[in-house]
Amino acid sequence: MKLKKNIATSEEGFIFNPGTGDSFSANPIGTDIISLLKDNKPLETIVEIICDKYDVDQSQFIKDLDDFESQLKDYGILE
Amino acid sequence: MEKVRYERPIIQKMNTGLMNKFGTRTEYEPVTHIESVPVKSLLNDYGSPLFVISEKQIRRNYQNATRIFKTRYPKVQFAWSYKTNYMNAVCRVFHQEGSWAEVVSGFEYDKALGNGVPGNKIIFNGPDKTDEQLLAAARNNSLIHIDHYDELYSLIRLSEENKLKPRVAIRVNMDTGIYPKWDRFGFNFENGQAWNAITRIINSENLELVGLHCHIGTFMLAPSAYAIAATKLCELTWKIKEKYNKVLQYIDLGGGFPSANTLKGAYLPGSDTVPSIDQFADAITDVILGFGFKHEELPLLILESGRVLIDDAGYLLGTVLATKRLSDGRRATILDFGVNSLFTAFWYDHKVTPAQAFGDHTEEMVLYGPLCMNIDIIRESITLPLLEKGNHLVVHKVGAYNMTQWMQFITLRPNILMIDLENKTHVIRKSETLQDLQANELIPSHLKENTLK
Repeated sequence: MKLKKNIATSEEGFIFNPGTGDSFSANPIGTDIISLLKDNKPLETIVEIICDKYDVDQSQFIKDLDDFESQLKDYGILE
Repeated sequence: MEKVRYERPIIQKMNTGLMNKFGTRTEYEPVTHIESVPVKSLLNDYGSPLFVISEKQIRRNYQNATRIFKTRYPKVQFAWSYKTNYMNAVCRVFHQEGSWAEVVSGFEYDKALGNGVPGNKIIFNGPDKTDEQLLAAARNNSLIHIDHYDELYSLIRLSEENKLKPRVAIRVNMDTGIYPKWDRFGFNFENGQAWNAITRIINSENLELVGLHCHIGTFMLAPSAYAIAATKLCELTWKIKEKYNKVLQYIDLGGGFPSANTLKGAYLPGSDTVPSIDQFADAITDVILGFGFKHEELPLLILESGRVLIDDAGYLLGTVLATKRLSDGRRATILDFGVNSLFTAFWYDHKVTPAQAFGDHTEEMVLYGPLCMNIDIIRESITLPLLEKGNHLVVHKVGAYNMTQWMQFITLRPNILMIDLENKTHVIRKSETLQDLQANELIPSHLKENTLK
């Protein structure tokens, strides 16, 4: 999962794709994941960091992360 | 360090210029208790899904409706519409409050007797009454509302043969300015059929005409239609007095008052658009009181309201089985109850609320039931918090018709629970088992041996 290089993000969860002009908003956990992706963190690290911060078990989060990835793909945010 | 409460990650595209002026309604205020009983414990103790009925709300509704009518008109009687919800416990609450019974089939009639309703306080409506049922109703002195000529002549014959004189009314259908016109039940007012039937009954020595009945439709949104119906029944009542010097005991305006549910396709929620009972009461009682009857000859006003008295006393609690995304990116949430249990999902956009606290983020989704059937949709579009497998939901205003029109299809029907006035819980109908389902099945002898080798 790799974010397109030109995607702009803010800490408040605002995401902008200058290629298409589309704007997006994410919830706090979505913002955290996008920020980690922006830092090129591998998936294993993302899972570790998120499960450490949020009250969720790993299998649940991995399932939801798959779903989030498909959302990002649909919106053309991933490479 | 305490961990942050989890909700699954979402990203939503921001659109402009697509909202209607009222915005989309978001049901994120959780409903965690029904009459002070936690939803979570109800589902833990009685399984999911679960129908819950508030006895307190039934009594509140009944007392409110009777107060509204009785403060406007001196002689009012409600008769509980069995087909709306014929769970015995529910019927008995209405009967304890003073409601008669209104039934439309033989088994409903027997249920009413079983619930302790005296025969003379049962109104027998509907087009399907067998000779046996008509005789039983006549012997019990019930009020038989005749639907068609075949029934009228059957009843005359049965009464002559058995030397009975049953108390009868006819159901009158009429143009009240609404569409569709319900002319399939009863005798028509405008073409003179109703008057012909009345004449036939009055000329019969074996029937006693005691009232007139109509039921102009269901989920009626126009109080003015009831004013027209009341006017036409009063005209017939007046004409009977003039021509035959006979004072009718009652006029029965049937049911049809809407609940605050939102019909599919409605622009605004039902709670904002549905007329109040006061408006219907004004429309009906103004006509009867203003018609010119002598005070002592004012007919008893019977009402057979169902939906408006029970809908908001019923809840369906359920659980999220799964969430997924559809091919167009929309969220789909699969619940453990479907249209087989929540039959009214076919015509209402039911209010659905989460039963636990969530964060501020919401998403639009489709709510599906668990059936392997494409039509199993609870809500085609609703904005709710980010639901997860195992989350609980509450569907509101499900007390009318679901517990009678529900289907045993693919899944078995769940428990129905009543919360009493002291917030104690009582199962009033046990969830079905495979044994219940197969109790009436028979296997021919040549199929008894399993032949699959």
